[in-house]
Amino acid sequence: MSPIKSLEDLKRVREEALEKRRVKANSGEIQIIVGMGTTGIAAGARETMKAILDTIEKDSLTGIIVTQTGGFGLDANEPIIQVIVGDQPKVTYGKVTAEVARQIMKEHVVGGKVVQEYVIQA
Amino acid sequence: MKYYRSHVLVSVDPECVKRGAHEILDALQDELVAEGLIDEVQVLETSRIGDPAQGPDMMVYPEGTHYIGLTANDIPYIVKEHFLKGRVAAKFVAPEKAAVESELSAPTIKEIRVVLRNCGKIDPENIEEYIAEDGYMALAKVLTDCTPDQVIDMVMRSGLRGRGGAGFPTAKKWSLARDAVLPEKYIICNADEGDPGAFMNRLVLESDPHSVVEGMIIAAYAIGAVRGYIYCRAEYPIAVRTLNLAIRQARSMGLLGDNILGTNFSFDLEVRMGAGAFVCGEETALMSSIEGKRGEPRPRPPFPAVKGLWGRPTNINNVETYANVPQIILKGPEWFASMGTEKSKGTKTFALAGDVSHTGLIEVPFGISLREIVYDVGGGIKDGKGFKAIQTGGPMGGCLPAQFLDLPVDYETLGQAGSIMGSGGMIIMDDETCMVDIARFFMEFTQDESCGKCTPCRVGTRRILEILERICAGKGKHGDIETLEMLCKEIKTTSLCGLGQGAPNPVESTLKHFRHEYEAHIYEKRCPAKVCKSLIRYEISPEACTGCTVCARNCPVTAITGERRHAHIINPDTCIRCGICMQVCNFNAISIK
Repeated sequence: MSPIKSLEDLKRVREEALEKRRVKANSGEIQIIVGMGTTGIAAGARETMKAILDTIEKDSLTGIIVTQTGGFGLDANEPIIQVIVGDQPKVTYGKVTAEVARQIMKEHVVGGKVVQEYVIQA
Repeated sequence: MKYYRSHVLVSVDPECVKRGAHEILDALQDELVAEGLIDEVQVLETSRIGDPAQGPDMMVYPEGTHYIGLTANDIPYIVKEHFLKGRVAAKFVAPEKAAVESELSAPTIKEIRVVLRNCGKIDPENIEEYIAEDGYMALAKVLTDCTPDQVIDMVMRSGLRGRGGAGFPTAKKWSLARDAVLPEKYIICNADEGDPGAFMNRLVLESDPHSVVEGMIIAAYAIGAVRGYIYCRAEYPIAVRTLNLAIRQARSMGLLGDNILGTNFSFDLEVRMGAGAFVCGEETALMSSIEGKRGEPRPRPPFPAVKGLWGRPTNINNVETYANVPQIILKGPEWFASMGTEKSKGTKTFALAGDVSHTGLIEVPFGISLREIVYDVGGGIKDGKGFKAIQTGGPMGGCLPAQFLDLPVDYETLGQAGSIMGSGGMIIMDDETCMVDIARFFMEFTQDESCGKCTPCRVGTRRILEILERICAGKGKHGDIETLEMLCKEIKTTSLCGLGQGAPNPVESTLKHFRHEYEAHIYEKRCPAKVCKSLIRYEISPEACTGCTVCARNCPVTAITGERRHAHIINPDTCIRCGICMQVCNFNAISIK
């Protein structure tokens, strides 16, 4: 990363970051974001993450980006994962154990059908 | 009622009025009359619509078109386009505002996310994600457009107060440090969040560390500091890791270090870890700890702003205070001041813990009632039980009973009710909680964490704890309540630092609001909530007992006797009140007396 020397530099970096995001959204790739704050990890987010990565590897799935984020504050629902398919709205799942993660991978990520049972309602 | 096809709502927010909202209203009236539309279009005044800095603005319904940046001269054009020709005057339409979206997308109603806006949305380990969300734009604005005094003035107008608990006006603190004459000033972020059940700062540090870093750089610029420290407790390993990563990334992008953003302002930052002493959250003890000394408080004055870290002027704020700063600069102090109550502006994060359905973090505007927090945001009491009390402000706060549920939460009201804002921990207790036991629990914590430097806190908390333990053990005696009251008063008035001064709060508030529970323990040897083990007895109902022997087989101390198919009996002398028999009984035959 090159140093930011002025306001213009900063604006350019911001535009690039936003552009990266747009490209990601338009590429049709599927994003899976796992909440890996202290509460998430305490509730078993590592196992959830592992199950997701295992499924991708075992089933040779492609076009999936798995990233992590911090916490969302909804600690009673941890572990939490968010699934974004292309430009569709983000789906937030709660209480995603490794088992549930495998189900979400199968039904939502591969099958395209939201697993309503675990969706956190706003 | 008269029927209109269109309604125009013009914001008469003070800022918009200053920018000519009344002229807009007059121009609208004139133009609509001139076009003969006055009977079809109604003009109304309303409060703030969008950002007043982009005002004057107006909203047209039923379309919901939001026009901004208006002058009276633009009105004839908009009236002709919109009301005569039925076309939206695109030139003045407000762009979709990301900020509004993020505010609306808070996970529960009644929440407004300012400090937590990025939490759970961005990758905290990637600085670009933060920059994409307007990160470091406030810093750039400050460094290129504002003098330090202007920054302090903006923070002053926003009404931001210290989020660590005491609620000291942030701008005042900054200007004290700015006015200090000694050179080489320091800035510290207090991230030693030690209250049990409080984890607001942890979430911010883990999920959006750059917001704190940016806030600190801005504060450093405002007071003229050269170096900053984030004092984070070692129990937050993930927060420490993300912070260090954030600082490294900011440094490599030139946002920390020499000549930030090409200006002649230089500042750097490092993380210092606390070793787990609760008292190190107290600012003078915290500074001692950073200096490598024993973490013990010292009397104030001199205040840190005059003589702080290494004897230099130092500004200390809490994580949440700093995280608010970039937003105040970006969206304007008026935006921030529009949220909250008269004396407490903006939002506050709270950690909900205890017997509430949705435990976790929330961010709500000041002025919201405790009832809304517990029932609307927190989802009510777990398992359908009743509400008994809420402990605000951590172990040095007070327990508030149900009659305070409609209290609007801000620094003053909580103080008047006998509790404190504290850093924002909220522990919710259901009706099966024993308040004497709770007071004992908090006292155990503060007694354990007392650093021992001053006598009232070191000895006094120990004496209180001993009395409470005695009461819970069923050995309370006449005069205990009076002794407790006396001790509380003495410790409060004579302790050196906030820990001792606040330590008696849980006892004082429970004595005030739940005195009958103390009395039941002491005079009737009875625990009304059936929690204190020495004051309860497990009993088997002979009618309900089928003599299945499951309780007898599970009892760890073989206190239960009885023949198969005959009612069993618990021997109270051997019973250790573990409650296992009650859990395993299939016939609800066992109860607590």
